[in-house]
Amino acid sequence: MAFQDYKLFDLRHIKFVGFSNFKDAFQDPKFLLALKNSGYWVFFSLISQFLIGLTLALFMKKQFKGRGIYQGFAFYSWALSGFLIGMIWKWMFNSQIGVFNDLLLRTGIIHDRIGFLSNPSWAMASAIIANVWYGVAFFAIMLLAALQSVPADLYEAADMDGASGTRKLLNVTLPYIMPTIISTTLLRAIWIFNDPTLIYGLTNGGPAGSTHILSSLMLDKIIYAGDYGAASAIGVIMIVLLLLYTIFFLGITKAEKVGDF
Amino acid sequence: MKKLLGSIKFLFLSIYLIVMIFPLYWIVITSLKPQKDIFSFPLKYWPGKFTFQNYENIFKISKFHIYIGNSLIVAIAAAFVVIIISVLSAYVMARFTFRGHRQIMLAFFLTQMLPGFIALAPLYRMMSSFHLTNHLFSLVLMYTVGLIPFSTIMLRGFFQRIPSSLEEAAMIDGCSRWTALLRIIIPVMLPGIASTFIFAFVQNWNELFVAVMFIDNDALKTLPVAMNSFILKFDVDWGAMSAGAVLSIIPTIFIFAIAQRFIVEGLTQGAEKG
Repeated sequence: MAFQDYKLFDLRHIKFVGFSNFKDAFQDPKFLLALKNSGYWVFFSLISQFLIGLTLALFMKKQFKGRGIYQGFAFYSWALSGFLIGMIWKWMFNSQIGVFNDLLLRTGIIHDRIGFLSNPSWAMASAIIANVWYGVAFFAIMLLAALQSVPADLYEAADMDGASGTRKLLNVTLPYIMPTIISTTLLRAIWIFNDPTLIYGLTNGGPAGSTHILSSLMLDKIIYAGDYGAASAIGVIMIVLLLLYTIFFLGITKAEKVGDF
Repeated sequence: MKKLLGSIKFLFLSIYLIVMIFPLYWIVITSLKPQKDIFSFPLKYWPGKFTFQNYENIFKISKFHIYIGNSLIVAIAAAFVVIIISVLSAYVMARFTFRGHRQIMLAFFLTQMLPGFIALAPLYRMMSSFHLTNHLFSLVLMYTVGLIPFSTIMLRGFFQRIPSSLEEAAMIDGCSRWTALLRIIIPVMLPGIASTFIFAFVQNWNELFVAVMFIDNDALKTLPVAMNSFILKFDVDWGAMSAGAVLSIIPTIFIFAIAQRFIVEGLTQGAEKG
C-alpha cells in the first residue's frame, strides 16, 4: 500500500504511484520534525527509564519490610494504558488549572505559568517526562527479576576474594544480568518507538505537530486523513529504521540470544 | 559509608514512591471533587466535600456499565484463548526441533518489531467481508492473534527452564506425553502461565485503536473506546473524565496487586539460566 494512492474516502481511485508517497513524506516538514522527535523520544525515554529502573531494582533487591506492598505501588504504572496515562498527565500539565504549575508556583520555583503542553518548546520534553514515568516500572520489574536470579555463591566467592561493593556490582552483578539488560533495552526501544498511544492521549501531536513522533503521525494519517498510502509509507520507513537499529544494536552488544527472557 | 548508602536508598525509594503515587492520587481526588472545586483557584489538594456526583454522571451520560462488561468479556476471553494456544505452541517450540523451527521463532520475533496498526486497514476490509465488524468476537479474534507470538516467546522461556527429564520420568511411569504435560509440567509452570495471562489481560483491557476501528455500535464499545469518545465529545468535563479513568484503572490495578508477586517470581524463574 505504500506504493499506492490509497485513500479511505476514495476507494475507487486506488492506483499505483511508485515512490511518490515516500517523496511526499520527505518533503513534509511535519514528517521531518516527527523523525527528529522520534529520535529524542526514544533516546531520552530509554536512557532515563533504564537508569532509574536499574537503580530502583538494585535498591529493592535486598528484602526489606513492606517490600511486597512497595512493589505494588512502584510498579502499577505498567498495567495502565498509555492513552489513560496521556489523559491524566494532560490534566496535570494543564497551564491554567494543572497541578504542576500550581505546585511550582507555590514553592516559588517559577513565577509565571508554564505552558507544558501548549508551548512547542516545552511540549516534547513534557511528553518524554510522562513517558519515563510510564516505562520505569517495566525496566525495574525485568531487572529486579534478573537480579534475584543471580546465584548467591557468586557473591560469596567475591566476598572471599575481598571484593568491595562497587567491584561486586561491576564484576559480578552487571555481567550476570547483561543478557536481560540487552534484550530489555532492545525490545523496549522498539516499543517506545512504535507506540503512539501516550502521545495520542496527551497532545495528539499538537501544538502544531510539535509533539508528533513517527508512529503518532502515521496514526494521524489513518484516523484523520484516511490516507493509507501515506501512512504505509511512514510505516515502511519505520520498519527500515527498526531493522537498521536492531542490526546496529546486536552488532555493538554482540548478543547471541536476544529476546530470551 | 554503609549508613550513607542506606539513607540514599531510603531517600530514593521514598521520592520514587511519591512520584509514582501522585498522579493516581490526583486523578482519584479530582474524581471525588464537586464540579466547582475542580476549577476553583487556588487548587484544593484535599476536597472540602467529597462527592460521588461525577461517578453518577458518567453512568447517566453513557452506558458505562455496558462498556465495562464488554471490556471484561473481550479481555478475559481473549486472554484465555491466548493461553491455551500459546502453552501448546510454546511447548512444541521448546521441546521439539523440526524443519522451519528457527524460521518460525524468527517470524515471532519480527512481529514484535512491527507497528501493529499498519495492518489495520487490510484487516478491516477482510473482517468486514466476513461481516465480523461491529461484533465483540472480532476483537477477541484480533487480540488473540496479536498476542500469540509474544506469549509463545514468553512461555517457551519458562518451558526451557524445566528439565525435560521431568516429563520423561512421567512417561516411563506410563503417562502419555499429553497427560505428562497436563499433570506434571503445567502445575510447575503456573507462575509463568499466570504472569503471561495477566500480561495478555492487561494488553486486551487497554487496547484502543483496533477497537476504535472495528466497533462503532455504541452498545459494543469497550472502555478505552468510550473514554476516547468522551474526550472528543466532552472536552472540558474533567470530573466525569477522571471518574471514568479511575473506573477503567481499577480492574488492572486490582489484578496487578494480587498478581505482582507472581509476575516477578515468574520472571525470576524464567531468567534463571537452567
